[in-house]
Amino acid sequence: MNSDIVLWLVQDGITNGAIYGLLALGLLLVFAVTRIIFIPQGEFISYAALSLALLQDGRLPGTVFVLVGGGVVAAVFDIILAVREKALGRLPRIVAVYVLLPAAMAAIAWWAAPRKPDLWLQVLIVMGLVVPLGPILYRIAYQPLANASVLVLFIISMAAHYVLTGLGLVFFGGEGLRSSAFSDAQFQWGVLNITAQSLWVVFASLVLMVGLWAFFEHTIWGKALRATAINSIGARLVGIPTELSGSLSFLLAAFIGAVSGILISPITTIYYDTGFLIGLKGFVGAILGGMASYPLAVLGAVVVGLLESFSSFWASNLKEAIVFTIIIPVLIWRSLTSRQVEEKEEE
Amino acid sequence: MGARAALAVFLVFIATAPLLLAKFPFYITLMNYIALATLVSLGLVLLTGVVGLMSFGQQAFTGLAAYTSAVLTTMYGVSPWIALLAALAVTALAGLILGVISLRLSGHYLALSTIAWGISLYYVFGNLQILGQFTGIDNIPAVSVFGLKIDTGAKSYYLNWIFTIAALLAARNLLDSRSGRAIRALRFRSVMAESFGVDTAALKFIVFFYAALLAGFSGWLYAHYLRFVSPHAFDVNAGIDYLFMAVIGGASHVWGAVIGASLLTVLNEWLKDLLPELFHQTGNYEIVAFGLLMMLLLHRTPDGLMPFFARLLRSGKTRPRPPAMPALERREQPNPGELLLEVRSAEKRFGGLVAVHDLSFAMNSGEILGLIGPNGAGKSTMFNLITGVLRSDGGEIMFRDERIDRLRPGEIARRGIGRTFQLVNLIAAMSVLENVALGAHLRGRHGTVAAMLHRERKEEAQLLSEATREIDRVGLGDHLYAAAGSLPLGQQRIVEIARALCADPILLLLDEPAAGLRYAEKQALAQLLRQLRAEGMSILLVEHDMQFVMGLVDRLVVMDFGEKLAQGLPREIQANPAVLEAYLGGIE
Repeated sequence: MNSDIVLWLVQDGITNGAIYGLLALGLLLVFAVTRIIFIPQGEFISYAALSLALLQDGRLPGTVFVLVGGGVVAAVFDIILAVREKALGRLPRIVAVYVLLPAAMAAIAWWAAPRKPDLWLQVLIVMGLVVPLGPILYRIAYQPLANASVLVLFIISMAAHYVLTGLGLVFFGGEGLRSSAFSDAQFQWGVLNITAQSLWVVFASLVLMVGLWAFFEHTIWGKALRATAINSIGARLVGIPTELSGSLSFLLAAFIGAVSGILISPITTIYYDTGFLIGLKGFVGAILGGMASYPLAVLGAVVVGLLESFSSFWASNLKEAIVFTIIIPVLIWRSLTSRQVEEKEEE
Repeated sequence: MGARAALAVFLVFIATAPLLLAKFPFYITLMNYIALATLVSLGLVLLTGVVGLMSFGQQAFTGLAAYTSAVLTTMYGVSPWIALLAALAVTALAGLILGVISLRLSGHYLALSTIAWGISLYYVFGNLQILGQFTGIDNIPAVSVFGLKIDTGAKSYYLNWIFTIAALLAARNLLDSRSGRAIRALRFRSVMAESFGVDTAALKFIVFFYAALLAGFSGWLYAHYLRFVSPHAFDVNAGIDYLFMAVIGGASHVWGAVIGASLLTVLNEWLKDLLPELFHQTGNYEIVAFGLLMMLLLHRTPDGLMPFFARLLRSGKTRPRPPAMPALERREQPNPGELLLEVRSAEKRFGGLVAVHDLSFAMNSGEILGLIGPNGAGKSTMFNLITGVLRSDGGEIMFRDERIDRLRPGEIARRGIGRTFQLVNLIAAMSVLENVALGAHLRGRHGTVAAMLHRERKEEAQLLSEATREIDRVGLGDHLYAAAGSLPLGQQRIVEIARALCADPILLLLDEPAAGLRYAEKQALAQLLRQLRAEGMSILLVEHDMQFVMGLVDRLVVMDFGEKLAQGLPREIQANPAVLEAYLGGIE
């Protein structure tokens, strides 16, 4: 191995690590606010990546069916609740958010797909299709169990992962897709050949991270989420409803998942079930960072990216095995340093 | 239909099914898959449902055992039975390592790490040359039993189900035993269990280990039934399916494993055929259905389907009281008036806060000593120092001339100190009888293996008889089989006292037993404590309710701001100006 290869592996590792870092942020955010281990984050990656590739191909992505169908189910849930609580005034808003908005997005995608619009329009359409899935998923799967234990929520996450993966196969098929690169340019920097694509990934990740930081520091919604993360009962007492913070954190997580999917789709071939593993690598990163600090989570994710790229050089067959085994020594260390708290009995 | 009858019907059905279904080999195959899945999900019922540790990685153990046996029998010509021992040894080793590492982790970390090791192992199976990579290993020989080759589905059926039923009965026996009561306390009540001498870490490990071995058995049976292994049977989804089976069946019931495994296996086969036909397209529809089923179930009945079946079985008959057995051996009680407990200059700080400072007092056998003081005086901290829940920063605590302030709660219990908890610490779903019998944990000797084989029935009968005696002693004899959580608070506190008595204590420590009780309940409690004193019991009572304490105790120690304010007879304390000031904020 010479220094060229090392630099190339580092570049590769940082590019992937930046994406894992974004995912780690989303996972940490959802966990802090809702105590949900957000396994289905991975499906948002697949959905976004595959939708983009299909749009580039001039085809209508199956995401529209999941979006419209999910929206209708979520609307039915909310309408039943509204009727039961005799609050019919909520109905127009429910229909607008869960039915009309997804239908509008689907119509735009249907109209635009055969016309092969510019890349940035494609990206916008993909975001419009995937991001609303976050709050819809929260409404259907998690909101009825908002006060359940972490472990019950974990099982729900696995169930949601099953549903979304299965639907992914139905609507995207089993073939893998890769979208075309945002840019084919390359820069020579010393011995290193930097692709514009990886610059794009790192740049977009940094912008998004700064954007998230600004959101949490400087907006009322961001502060509400932080308050919920620190003390959910206290947040509820000052008027931040659990459903709202849950929905908002899922919106952000789906946004992060969609961006990650768009960034990764020109780098790797994505199948309907690839996102699961990518999302889990985000988890490994977040756990390396201690599941508590955002900067450490990003750092942990970059370590995962580097580990992955170096192990793919040395033992490419066992790449995945190595990445997922790293979690075990870290967990030992975590378990030795953190105190266990007894679970409360649910009576 | 009673539980026994249901079990008999189940066994008869399993035994005769191959004859009834001889014309439908497909159903025999299905039943074989159900048996294999039941073994794994039974382990998860114990691990996740009962103990509360979630694992999505059981397929890793199944795979390890299956591959071990496959390699040994195909490449080295080893007999499948020898290979079984090797497969179990490999599974046990992996279980040992992963158990030691993971069991220290709390909830979601454990679950995430099980996913991680499951994925790791899948890729190891799929990429190692010797394991046939993703194609797997075929031509695995069949098992022979006494010269009979188990090479058809119907023959495998009996082998698979014999193992599965043995495991089910062993697990049922285990839960219905001294160890089983302790295991059922692990999930929500491990501090309490420790205080009665349960080694909670060891028990958690045993359950994890048993679950791993069950998965190993399933893997070995799988390899020699299908005669073929490949990584796909041990991917992440297999691990998720096993957990879903346990949860759907009803994660805290042994028979829930059968129900969950049957339902998901049948549904899987059925959906694989039906749904693609319905949608005119192949696809993984069954996982969509499983996911929706799980969500629906958890939204509606988080306890799974087993309670529904259990309701069908409940018979109208009241259960008989446990038969009276010769009493368990009792420890030697001290002579009345002998020095029992001596606290010498106890000290406890939490950061900068001094909770207990230079506190000394002593109590003798046969008396009720009240430790009182206003809220925040440090009484409960002192209580926790004596019971070993907290470690003191200075001073000594002597019990019968032995230093106990460096011992663990279980060791202190072993020396004859029984305790109750300020916040009632009962297992709500368990009966009063079983809750109280948990107090006698240290008076039994038989462990988990004896319990699985029910080789400890005599000791168990003695423990239950002792628990019944203590419940009668505190006057709750009519509520033996009531769920502890269904009793009013006053009676729950009395159950706690019965549980402490069941440990055959020399000294009874009660932490604010009157808190939250109504007037009549307090009267009943005081009456019970007087009765216990008359029977020779020594009681240390921590309370802040002056009125309750005054007419009851022999002597009082008063604490304020972590220090001793006064001590003496109740009427001396009532007249003590410093005490009055502390309680009433001074006399004008």
